[in-house]
Amino acid sequence: MSELPAGLTLSEQILSHAAGVAARAGELVIAPVDRCMSHDSLTPEVIEALRNELKAAHVFDPERIAVFVDHVAPAASVATANAQMKLRRWVAEEGIRHFYDVGVGVCHQVMIEEGLVAPGQIAIGTDSHSNAYGAVGCFGTGVGSRDMALAMATGQNWFRVPETIRINLHGRLGQGVSAKDISLYLCGLLGMEGANYQAVEFHGAPWMTLDSRETLCSMTTELGAKAGLFYPEGEAVAHLTPPNWLRPDPAAQFVRTVDVDLNALPAQVARPPEVNHVTPAADLADVRVDLVFIGTCTNGRLQDLRAAADILRGRRVAPGVRLLVIPASHRILQAAVEDGTLGTLLAAGATVGTPGCGPCIGRHMGVIGAGEVCFSTANRNFRGRMGDPEGLVYLGSPETAAATALTGRITDVASL
Amino acid sequence: MARIWVFGDNIDTDQILPGRYAPYMTSEADLGKYPFIEYRPEFASEVRPGDIIVTGNNFGCGSSREYAPRALRAVGIAAIIAPSFARIFYRNALNLGLPLFQADLSADVADGADATIDRSSGVLTVGGYARQLPPPPLWLRQVWDEGGVIAYYLNHGRLPLGEAR
Repeated sequence: MSELPAGLTLSEQILSHAAGVAARAGELVIAPVDRCMSHDSLTPEVIEALRNELKAAHVFDPERIAVFVDHVAPAASVATANAQMKLRRWVAEEGIRHFYDVGVGVCHQVMIEEGLVAPGQIAIGTDSHSNAYGAVGCFGTGVGSRDMALAMATGQNWFRVPETIRINLHGRLGQGVSAKDISLYLCGLLGMEGANYQAVEFHGAPWMTLDSRETLCSMTTELGAKAGLFYPEGEAVAHLTPPNWLRPDPAAQFVRTVDVDLNALPAQVARPPEVNHVTPAADLADVRVDLVFIGTCTNGRLQDLRAAADILRGRRVAPGVRLLVIPASHRILQAAVEDGTLGTLLAAGATVGTPGCGPCIGRHMGVIGAGEVCFSTANRNFRGRMGDPEGLVYLGSPETAAATALTGRITDVASL
Repeated sequence: MARIWVFGDNIDTDQILPGRYAPYMTSEADLGKYPFIEYRPEFASEVRPGDIIVTGNNFGCGSSREYAPRALRAVGIAAIIAPSFARIFYRNALNLGLPLFQADLSADVADGADATIDRSSGVLTVGGYARQLPPPPLWLRQVWDEGGVIAYYLNHGRLPLGEAR
């Protein structure tokens, strides 16, 4: 609808506009979906639901669909290789042009790089971290296979309009502290279901880079949030044009407002096995690590690799520590080669993997064994998440990861 | 006789079905072998159709993997009762026709207790004592009763509307 009433949150505006009704938090709407993202892990179920359950002759609109091979890429077994062949056949049969095969990168990063999500749109993905699209002002949310199949077949789905938590960011981050530290701080403060069924809006940081916005929006998933959104303003998103009906409304109603003083925020770490077990990194200096993993849709972007390289430049990873770097996309990998970031990381002793999800989901490319400790820049540290259930995963920023790789113990950059 | 399985708070999808046991990694035919394979290894071999899961807050948090609730449906779980569910899990279970009831019972019922549930009326009977669970909205029940969201769509030619506009 062209004329939205006043007093709506960003989520209420986007869902109302799409549904053609003025909808408030708590209401249910049916809305067209601008983009459907599906990756190799759930697409087999989506195809099954579309073809054998819905008996859909074809998808509603192949242009609205984007398909990725990133979760197990390259294939780690004959079973996954065969599943990926079926996926490629289906993509060809449906005429899906937005297909990103092994090595292009993690779905969320590439969706934003390729401009497949835009301000004011609705995008759903068969991945819980589809909240990342809020970095460009898109209402992005994760769904399962049958919700995806319905949207692919009909071009729409139903949504409960979420209540919204407003986060006001004050001041600027200190040296060695970055977006991930804000996210982990919020996880500790609000808890793992602090935003369940709700949206999160970030305000007060038009200076923030797009990479950092992606980290923050993506991590709202760990609060249970349905979406995490920035209104696109500032130099980092000057290339985006928000629709004229989308704007932060001072009269919008929020269920909660949280103020965060960035100046006072130290580096944060989430201890296993839950993302809300958050402690300042400085308090964990006695924790020894075996593997440091820098990558994923959370923190595998160019800014993240550069931050790590700045700390590792001219130094070597501690003996006995493995440093695994997996850029979130091929473009990032290429940029890191061109600007020397990758050379710096390699000189420090890093191993580099194919752009994609890597070992984040515990399936390939660096899973951990019983009793091993990983310091990861990913988003989850659940028991068994990255491999053996007796392995331990600590989560933190790329800066803390790099400092930790240098000393072999969890290390706040400030203490180096 | 069906029984109750009691779990704690924040049971994430990696506990329900670890990523490396996904049908994508193993096989569709083996899906029922893997629920809680690491968290509670005896579950998959001892669970019987009609059994009920009673858990703490935020059940199913984490991934969007629909094969997590699908594995629970595959072994015949009749219902899951929790004070709160993570949002994607809730919707996936609804879409699969797996009934969820919102109630905080994990401190009131014993793991292994004999129990049955009438999913239509929401009456849970534990050790001969019956209690009424808070009923979900009618339209949600209709989706379960028809076997999930795809069956609902095929039956009605539209999405489950609820009070949607």
